[in-house]
Amino acid sequence: MSAATTSPAATPAAAKTGDPVLEIKNLSVDYGFDDNPTHVLRQASLTLNRGEVLGLAGESGCGKSTLAYGATRLLPPPGLITGGEVIYHDRDGSSTDILKLNDAELRASRWRDMSIVFQGAMNSLNPVYRIGKQISDGILAHSPGMSKAQAMERSAEMLEMVGISADRLRSYPHQLSGGMRQRVMIAMALSLDPQVLIMDEPTTALDVVMQRQIIEQIADLRERLGFSVIFITHDVSLLIEIADRIAIMYAGEIVEKASSQDMYRRPRHPYTDALLHSFPPLRGPRRELGGIPGSPPDLSNLPSGCPFRDRCAFAFDACSSITPELIHPGVGGDAPTRQVACLRHDTKAVVDAGFEPQPLPEQLVLR
Amino acid sequence: MATDTTLETPAAEVVSSTAPKKKNKPQKFLFLRNSKAMTGLGILAFFAILAIIGPWIAPYGAGDVSKDLLQAPSSTHWFGTDHLGRDILSQIIVGTRGVMVVGFIAGIGATIVGVVVGVTAGFIGGIGDETLSALSNVFLVIPQLPLIIIIAGQLPTAGGVTVALVIAATGWAWGARVLRAQTLSLRRRDFVEAARANGERSWRLILVEVLPNLTAIIAAGFVGTVTFAVLSQVTLSFIGITPVSDWNWGTILFWAQNNLALQRGAWWWFVPAGLCIALLGMALTLINFGIDEFVNPRLRSTGLHARSLRRRGIRPRIGFTPVVYEAKEDRT
Repeated sequence: MSAATTSPAATPAAAKTGDPVLEIKNLSVDYGFDDNPTHVLRQASLTLNRGEVLGLAGESGCGKSTLAYGATRLLPPPGLITGGEVIYHDRDGSSTDILKLNDAELRASRWRDMSIVFQGAMNSLNPVYRIGKQISDGILAHSPGMSKAQAMERSAEMLEMVGISADRLRSYPHQLSGGMRQRVMIAMALSLDPQVLIMDEPTTALDVVMQRQIIEQIADLRERLGFSVIFITHDVSLLIEIADRIAIMYAGEIVEKASSQDMYRRPRHPYTDALLHSFPPLRGPRRELGGIPGSPPDLSNLPSGCPFRDRCAFAFDACSSITPELIHPGVGGDAPTRQVACLRHDTKAVVDAGFEPQPLPEQLVLR
Repeated sequence: MATDTTLETPAAEVVSSTAPKKKNKPQKFLFLRNSKAMTGLGILAFFAILAIIGPWIAPYGAGDVSKDLLQAPSSTHWFGTDHLGRDILSQIIVGTRGVMVVGFIAGIGATIVGVVVGVTAGFIGGIGDETLSALSNVFLVIPQLPLIIIIAGQLPTAGGVTVALVIAATGWAWGARVLRAQTLSLRRRDFVEAARANGERSWRLILVEVLPNLTAIIAAGFVGTVTFAVLSQVTLSFIGITPVSDWNWGTILFWAQNNLALQRGAWWWFVPAGLCIALLGMALTLINFGIDEFVNPRLRSTGLHARSLRRRGIRPRIGFTPVVYEAKEDRT
């Protein structure tokens, strides 16, 4: 059903922009080792193309970070991946399933293929080492033949790249501002020239000026180095600004995938629409800030059907018995790669289950 | 319900449809479901019962002399006899009480002193902290065993309780030191500051906010002190400080050593007592592990489900999330 976005394109020997670099297929994650675990991620599928910025948005606790950490196998216990594939396509066209790697391979793959800038990353620096040593440490771990001087040189290069002068190599973390420390973390994440950079709310703790600078820096670096970014945030307006495509998550499932402009101007899922009405627009006519009533469902006791229906203004009888799947929206003229999981769009599933299909409300058919 | 489009009806339907699903009930006695803790508690309970009923179930009197001199284990004397024909099994059984009483009195005493001194020092800070820290440092640098020997030697009767109190009085400093350090760190945490801002009094801050976070350390310290006390008591008896008529496992070793049990090949004389000491130490350590897994919520799930995890081939580690293919694939 999702042929356009999730089927792997034939990978040519030389990878080019637009080919998938990371394909997450049906990734499921449970929390808890007991008989009754919480299914926090249920068959989430996502494709990251080479050179693009993919935004992951949604409320707190809807599985954004779990998806990213699950795909990199960094979830701490009692996290457990219960199924799916995470296929990484290297530059030379070879593909590996991250979930099937053994410890040594996983260790080698990390930071070289995929690196992460953590939430609150600026506190991840060790206060007793100079930042030069901390950056070169990672480089040396992955390139055994390299001398310390070479690694230091590379560290200096990386620092310059993120806009910090190279003489800061000999600074301790406490001598840098929060924004600079965040850039150091980004430099560290990019130091092995990874293909995929996962940024988990990298700017949440920073002021808006610093946030803008860092976002621009990332956009600039991406153009120069050609890596792809998965950008996790709950700041939807920021995402629309920097992301090429956006995936909206709700209660451990992806409910809508679209290009950022389509998402912003033509939301197709009621949740996306509600999210977009939760912050004021900068331009255009004034509109009412709706917010979303209620809170996300309890994932340990998830009701059947659509998880959003209790908060949804457009829920109808079918929503409580059919779990919506990602399909192409029922609006003519949408980009072929768009997907949405809402029964208002999925007339066929509604009819098959013996319910009366409901028409699409006008908010969700904007062009 | 196909014609009903209100939100209430579907919601009610959902409740009924999810009702049969097993809900997470608050589980009681979680600690007892930990196999390590259970093993440790089992061994400890065995020794505790022996300590209580020992004198009544011992086949012979611990000091009763007989004609069977230095006999190897047999059906009449299960653990053999010593050079005066006394039954070793009876000595072990009767001696358990001395070991357990001293171990637990000393452990409880030292833990109470350690908690009071350590938490107070860590929480109040300033001159009080300086004084209490200096005091515990003094006790830390004093070599404990010689001090115990001197004190025990000065006292008119160096019986079990006396020895226990002496061990408690000298053995609290290590626990106090660790607790002080941890309290210092906890005191500055946001939740303590928030409680203080809420107007909670100092004693409530200490008892309700800080102490529960120290449970694992206190419990570990207690178990460690009990082990130390048992070893000290056995050592004191072994070198003959305590009266030789007070039976405990150390006394048996004292007699065995004085009468060249090793050279005579009388292994049954010292092996059972040594094994009992090791077994008790192991039980206390297992309880310690159990407490650790129970108190740390992240370890709890792992500890409780160790067997099922092993069966499913899951090794929980940080940084390498285990992968099992158990989810049903219903999406393509």
